[in-house]
Amino acid sequence: MSEGPLKPTALDRLRRRLRPGRGWVIAVPLVWLTLFFLAPFAIVLKISLSEAAIAVPPYQPILDFTAETLNVALNLGNYLFLASDSLYVAAYWGSVKIAFLSTVFCLLIGYPMAYAMARAPARWQLVLLLLVMLPSWTSFLIRVYAWMGILSNTGLINNTLMWLGLIDSPIRMMNTNFAVMLGIVYAYLPFMILPLYANLTRLDNSLLEAAADLGSRTFNTFLKVTLPLSKGGIIAGSMLVFIPAVGEYVIPELLGGPNTVMIGKVLWEEFFLNRDWPVASALAMVMLLLLLIPIALFHRYQSRELQE
Amino acid sequence: MRRSSFTPPSFTTLMLILGLLFLYLPMVVLVVYSFNSSRLVTVWAGFSGRWYLELLRDRQILAAVWTSLRIAFFAASMAVCLGTLAAFVMTRFGRFRGKTALSSMVTAPLVMPEVITGLSLLLLFVQMAQIIGWPADRGMATIWIAHTTFCSAYVAVVVSSRLREVDRSIEEAAMDLGAPPVKTFFQITLPVISPALAAGWLLAFTLSLDDLVIASFVSGPGATTLPMVVFSSVRMGVSPKINALATLIILAVSLATFLAWYFMRRSESRRLAALRQQEAP
Repeated sequence: MSEGPLKPTALDRLRRRLRPGRGWVIAVPLVWLTLFFLAPFAIVLKISLSEAAIAVPPYQPILDFTAETLNVALNLGNYLFLASDSLYVAAYWGSVKIAFLSTVFCLLIGYPMAYAMARAPARWQLVLLLLVMLPSWTSFLIRVYAWMGILSNTGLINNTLMWLGLIDSPIRMMNTNFAVMLGIVYAYLPFMILPLYANLTRLDNSLLEAAADLGSRTFNTFLKVTLPLSKGGIIAGSMLVFIPAVGEYVIPELLGGPNTVMIGKVLWEEFFLNRDWPVASALAMVMLLLLLIPIALFHRYQSRELQE
Repeated sequence: MRRSSFTPPSFTTLMLILGLLFLYLPMVVLVVYSFNSSRLVTVWAGFSGRWYLELLRDRQILAAVWTSLRIAFFAASMAVCLGTLAAFVMTRFGRFRGKTALSSMVTAPLVMPEVITGLSLLLLFVQMAQIIGWPADRGMATIWIAHTTFCSAYVAVVVSSRLREVDRSIEEAAMDLGAPPVKTFFQITLPVISPALAAGWLLAFTLSLDDLVIASFVSGPGATTLPMVVFSSVRMGVSPKINALATLIILAVSLATFLAWYFMRRSESRRLAALRQQEAP
């Protein structure tokens, strides 16, 4: 009798382990994602260590079995090449800088928006959430394209300013780093707001009331209570903007200019224009290494969300 | 005495209004200029619907729309199957070997830069073609695999958040009464999470339709998706035909969102009415 509560759980566990099909259910998503998400990185690593060649596919095999000897040729040249050419270093640095600044702007704009949404009357919240998310469901490409017509020298802003007589010659906004950052903030803002909003709606109102009862001023309460409690949302939102923005290709290609060197664009050009697959692979590996800590940070927060 | 009920909006409310204007004004500009009769997108020359007609006559765009829609349909459907399985396994199976790996592989695609995903998948397909002879040609099938993979991560996030909200006691009751797990899943769990499945499917569908970078890497000469056509046109500069296309996309998404909102609100008010009826007597 004393072992009453223990027995079923042990039995439960046994039954669960023996439950037929459990392994198969786990295996399906696990195998698919391993094959098509994880395994490819090993291949990128492998090809980043091979030498470019004029062949199909355009690289030399690392493993070579001739005359009964297995030759392994690991070529670190691609990585040395990246380190020696200042273009690549500048591209990594430029990407991180632009992505970081854009993330800060997204946070500065997105946080108050998410806060207002979480505070809005309940019947408004769903509408506001849909309004914020709707642009991200349309088309990324077209939303970036919209800015081309607005920012260009003959675009809406310059035309309006000239018509008003405020300026005589157009201000150059297209093909600048400013345009790239504006594009990133515009395109990624919903992804900043979504986790922040999810976090802020769960905020316990009684904590804020308690702070107010104890005489805390609104801004002080915000700094000492709301902000620390929304840390998870801030991290998730910032990573959702920062990580993809570092590797962004479309925005610097369409809105950037000759001064915009971003690593996603460099990788694309190495791959599609120079057809140098090994260097493109090395660029991808270094980018992945650079983003490992941000990705781990995001994963830590997100897996807490997924499983509790 | 009438007191003025106007209070100045707080800073956050003001930011919300300005933020929404920031999100929507560029789209409004796109829509307005799609009706411009001039080829120069930026100069207004009068109202005209000619770009819509030209869009409908553009065979390349129409073919790309059809390709994209087919890929998105199949990728979203497969992603819902895989993503739901992954979500179910992570929320209901407790601990198992490979759980950390699975949860990392579900969250990482959400943030992984597209150039990395695209390049790595292409190299995988090239390697597979060398070893097992498939895929000999890259095209719709390879895009479908690539889209299924990253979309299933999004589906898993949407579905697992719903699975955590669902009252598990019903599932447990069914199992206690002797229903096998598979039957419990199909008869109890699946109907309860079906709104999340629909939301996940729609999200995956739009993500697949929208993807340019990954598709450009893994596609072959055989398959050109809509974003590829739009991108090659947009690279040359602004074109009113693209504005017309943008307007149609915005219209379709707004309509779908409005319908989703309408049905959500209706089911919510029904639920409230049912609750009130229970409490009434």
